[in-house]
Amino acid sequence: MAGTDLPLRVVLAKLGLDGHDRGIKVVARILRDAGMEVIYLGLRQTTDSIVAAAEQEDADAIGLSMHNAGHMTLGPNMVKALRDAELEIPVIIGGIVPDDDVQPLLDAGIAAVLGPGASAEEVAQTVRDAVSAAV
Amino acid sequence: MATTKLSRNASIDELYTAARGGNRRALGRLLTLVERGGRDAETIGELANPDAGAAHIVGITGAPGAGKSTLTGRLVVHLAGAGRRPAVLAVDPSSPLTGGAILGDRIRMSDTTEDLTVAPEVGDRTFIRSMATRGHSGGLALAVPLAVRLFDAMGYDPVIIETVGVGQVEVDVVAAADTAVVVMTPGMGDAVQANKAGLLEVADVFVVNKADRPGANDVRRDLDLMLDLSHLTGQDTTDGGDGYRPPIVMCSALEGTGEADVWAAVEAHLISLDERGQRLRRRHHRIRTEVRARMSQALANRIDEAMDSDVGRELVAHVTDGALSPTGASAKLLDALLGPQLEPGLDPRSEPRS
Ligand SMILES: Nc1nc2c(ncn2[C@@H]2O[C@H](COP(=O)(O)OP(=O)(O)OP(=O)(O)O)[C@@H](O)[C@H]2O)c(=O)[nH]1
Ligand SMILES: [Mg+2]
Repeated sequence: MAGTDLPLRVVLAKLGLDGHDRGIKVVARILRDAGMEVIYLGLRQTTDSIVAAAEQEDADAIGLSMHNAGHMTLGPNMVKALRDAELEIPVIIGGIVPDDDVQPLLDAGIAAVLGPGASAEEVAQTVRDAVSAAV
Repeated sequence: MATTKLSRNASIDELYTAARGGNRRALGRLLTLVERGGRDAETIGELANPDAGAAHIVGITGAPGAGKSTLTGRLVVHLAGAGRRPAVLAVDPSSPLTGGAILGDRIRMSDTTEDLTVAPEVGDRTFIRSMATRGHSGGLALAVPLAVRLFDAMGYDPVIIETVGVGQVEVDVVAAADTAVVVMTPGMGDAVQANKAGLLEVADVFVVNKADRPGANDVRRDLDLMLDLSHLTGQDTTDGGDGYRPPIVMCSALEGTGEADVWAAVEAHLISLDERGQRLRRRHHRIRTEVRARMSQALANRIDEAMDSDVGRELVAHVTDGALSPTGASAKLLDALLGPQLEPGLDPRSEPRS
């Protein structure tokens, strides 16, 4: 007897000191409504605490919410921390990211960048695509 | 931090060995396979079985929002600080509509106690896993005991299970622990609610959380009264009615006062189980519950197969034609599946052994 297919598990967090959690809460609900399991870590996480949670929760993807212009250092730091831990988990950044920064982030190993205008369907599909691309 | 190099398509044996060697990512993957169920989960159960059995299994339940996760976070920090290696299985409900879930216990465990995410001496000794109920409560009854056994086999002790005390399966899960902790709060008739949910019977330790709020002493008094009553009416069946009375511990998980008392009461209960010779009885009960759940699942699978078989389809067609009653069809299918029903008084020991 084969096991059942499991919903995708997504760790959602904010890195650093940025204190807005409205956007990330909306994304949590979007992903739940798309049938995913969201492990919600909330604010003030570090790359280490996210790696630890992703390991223990066997996350399929990590969603980072960014609104404080720290994405150019924090995003690549996250990718590096995951690589150091030998975790091949795609990282998706959501929030306010200037167009010019998107390609450098993708070059640094970020799987996708979602702007504030993304629809619920786009958000869910981006996560699914990032997971299938990583497998 | 990974101690062993782990390939993407590592076998279950390799994962298990790596996890035993301290590779947390391997343990995370094994827990996913356990949740998925089926053959892989069974294999993991077989591997873990001989290595497990030492852990103190603690269930924590109570109404939604009672502070179970906040308290669990405090306990974990307290335990890790004392040199223990606690594991937590935090069970949260899935959305019945989409099957998705927002698993929020983890953030609650860490948001009052930064140590959990920041202090490596705590984080490295601790493993926290969130699990969604996924609607089918049968799955929970299979996955939880396996996940607990896996933690146990990895040397985690205690293994703490957090569930919301609403569904029967959730209550059963906690009742099957060595020590069942029921968390109450000041508020509208909490003790009465807990009574209705059947939580009073399963509690080994009561915690009145949010003791920083007014009304906490009223809850304690109500509980005391109820315990007196169940004592008087002889309904106190906790541990076979041999006189154990669950203690009531006051605490504020938010402020971080009382978690040491909570843990002391939990430990005292385990010692009391041993002294009264009840620990083995608990284990029997737990194993019985699990074996029964596994049989139910296996039978349900076979019933589904039988319904989809040619015979099954034919019988259903006969019922549709009016040639057979649903009862008759079910009896025939069951006979085909299990053989004629066991006669009463049939001694299973007289069956030839293979
Ligand atoms: N005043 C006060 N609030 C508390 C205390 N413990 C927890 N809380 C708050 O109660 C709310 C719920 O806490 P949780 O720990 O998430 O409760 P829970 O029982 O795990 O909740 P569910 O898992 O959703 O059923 C949070 O806002 C906590 O900060 C306490 O001792 N005092
Ligand atoms: Mg909780």
